This record gives sequence, structure tokens and C-alpha cells, in this order.
Amino acid sequence: MVNPEIQGKRYPRTESYLVGREKVREFARAVMAGPECLDVDKAKGLGYADLVVPPTFPVVIQEQSLKLVLSDPQAQIDFSRVVHGDQRFVYQRPIVAGDLLTSELTVASVKSLGGNHMVTFETEIFDQQDALVCTAISTLVVRGKDA
Amino acid sequence: MPKFSELEVGQVVATKDYELTRDSLVRYAGASGDFNPIHYRDDFAQAVGLPGVLAHGMLTMGLSVQPVVSWVGDAARVVDYGVRFTKPVLVPAKGVAKLTVTATVGLLDEENQKARVDLNTVFEENTVLGKAQVWVQF
Repeated sequence: MVNPEIQGKRYPRTESYLVGREKVREFARAVMAGPECLDVDKAKGLGYADLVVPPTFPVVIQEQSLKLVLSDPQAQIDFSRVVHGDQRFVYQRPIVAGDLLTSELTVASVKSLGGNHMVTFETEIFDQQDALVCTAISTLVVRGKDA
Repeated sequence: MPKFSELEVGQVVATKDYELTRDSLVRYAGASGDFNPIHYRDDFAQAVGLPGVLAHGMLTMGLSVQPVVSWVGDAARVVDYGVRFTKPVLVPAKGVAKLTVTATVGLLDEENQKARVDLNTVFEENTVLGKAQVWVQF
């Protein structure tokens, strides 16, 4: 069950998230990433200020915004019935260690299909200058009681 | 870095095998902060009606793009990456789950010098990600 009235709802900006070099390395090892995400000299050689994050790293920041929705009594999302349906990251510029980021989530759509509900979230991630860095788009499928 | 002008639609640019163990899932849980017990506890997975412990979809997504990143040599060249999670990857308590990723050029955008690379991630003869598309900026 998902309250359809949350469609269009915009949640407050999250507290700032400092992208730490060791966090990038930890995440990079977990997804078996390459040297530009592990080796600072290699990243600098490619022209970046510090380690570049693996493409799916912004999920960590998306998670912060998603917590606001899952704990919102109005949304009525039963997390134990949630399955990840799809995920996408659209970058405006690379994210590197040292970036201080905030995010803001909007509920793009709430749909019902065969007893299940599908909720699509768009999380916009901004840098310290308030410029959009990346948009994370995620659909969660909330299984109905009979599904 | 490969040359955009030398790419052709249908060209396989990378293929790679991965082996996932329970250790891989615990490592990803810690790195990502996703501690849903369906990704490491058999009893919990069974109690919620799953056939077993599953890899995080985001782990499968995260490693599936790596062959493309290695091919271009720069993670930041990936400007858009999306997938659908279509089939679960079951990871046994002992042993490994084997994944094979094949990356093929799907579309060339000459005007913006971008290539769409389509991923096929296979586990036990099934494709586990749908519409897995990576846009690479050249």
C-alpha cells in the first residue's frame, strides 16, 4: 500500500554529505571498481581533483533522502514489502572525493499495477554551490498483500 | 581511451566474469549502508518467502558497469546509467554465484559524441538486468 497523494510531494533537503576518500575506496572495492576510484595519482592524472566515485555511488546519498519517505507516516510504505524495480543515475558532472553534497527527493509518480504499487522517486543531488550534480531515479515496487 | 569514430553498433567492447560470495554481499552491505538481512541471512530470506539469500540489486548494477569503465579507463565518462532489476541473483552460503557481463555498443550519438553501451548480465543462463544501458561521453 502506498498513499497516492504523495505523488508530487517534495521532501526537505538532506543534511550535507561529505564524500570521503576512504568511503569511495570502500565502495569501489565492494563493486570491484578500477584504479581511478582507488588510486589518487591515477585520478589526478585523468584531471580530477581527487578519487572519482564509481557510477552507482550516489545510491548512498539517495538512501538518505529515501529514509525521509519511508519514515513519513503520510506515505504509508511498508518497507518489508518493498522490492527495487529500477534505478538510474544521470550525471551533470563527475562526483569526486571532497565534494560536499545535499539531496532533495520528489515523488515523481505512484502507480498501481496488478495489486502492486510502483513509486518512482527522483533525487536531485547538489554541490556546495547549489549546482545540480546528479539525478538518481529509483522505482520501488511495493508488493500487495496477495502478491 | 577508445576512439568514438572507430565504434560500431553491435560491437562487443567488453566481457567479464564475476564471482559473488556471501562475503561480497556483506562487504557491499557495509559499503552501501544497505543492511537488509535478506542479503545475508538464510532464515530471514526464507521467512519472507524468498528462495534464498539474494545479492543486492545495486551490487549487480554496480559491478555490471565496471567492464565498460575499464574499457574507457575513466568512471566519470559514464554520464547516464540505468537498469531494471528483473531476476534475483541467489548467493549460496558456501560456494559462489557466477555472473557474466557482456557490453555491446547499442547506439551512437554522433552529434554529442556519446555512445550507448548495452549490458547483458547473465546468472545461471538468465539475464538478471533489463534495459541495462550506459551512456559514455567521448
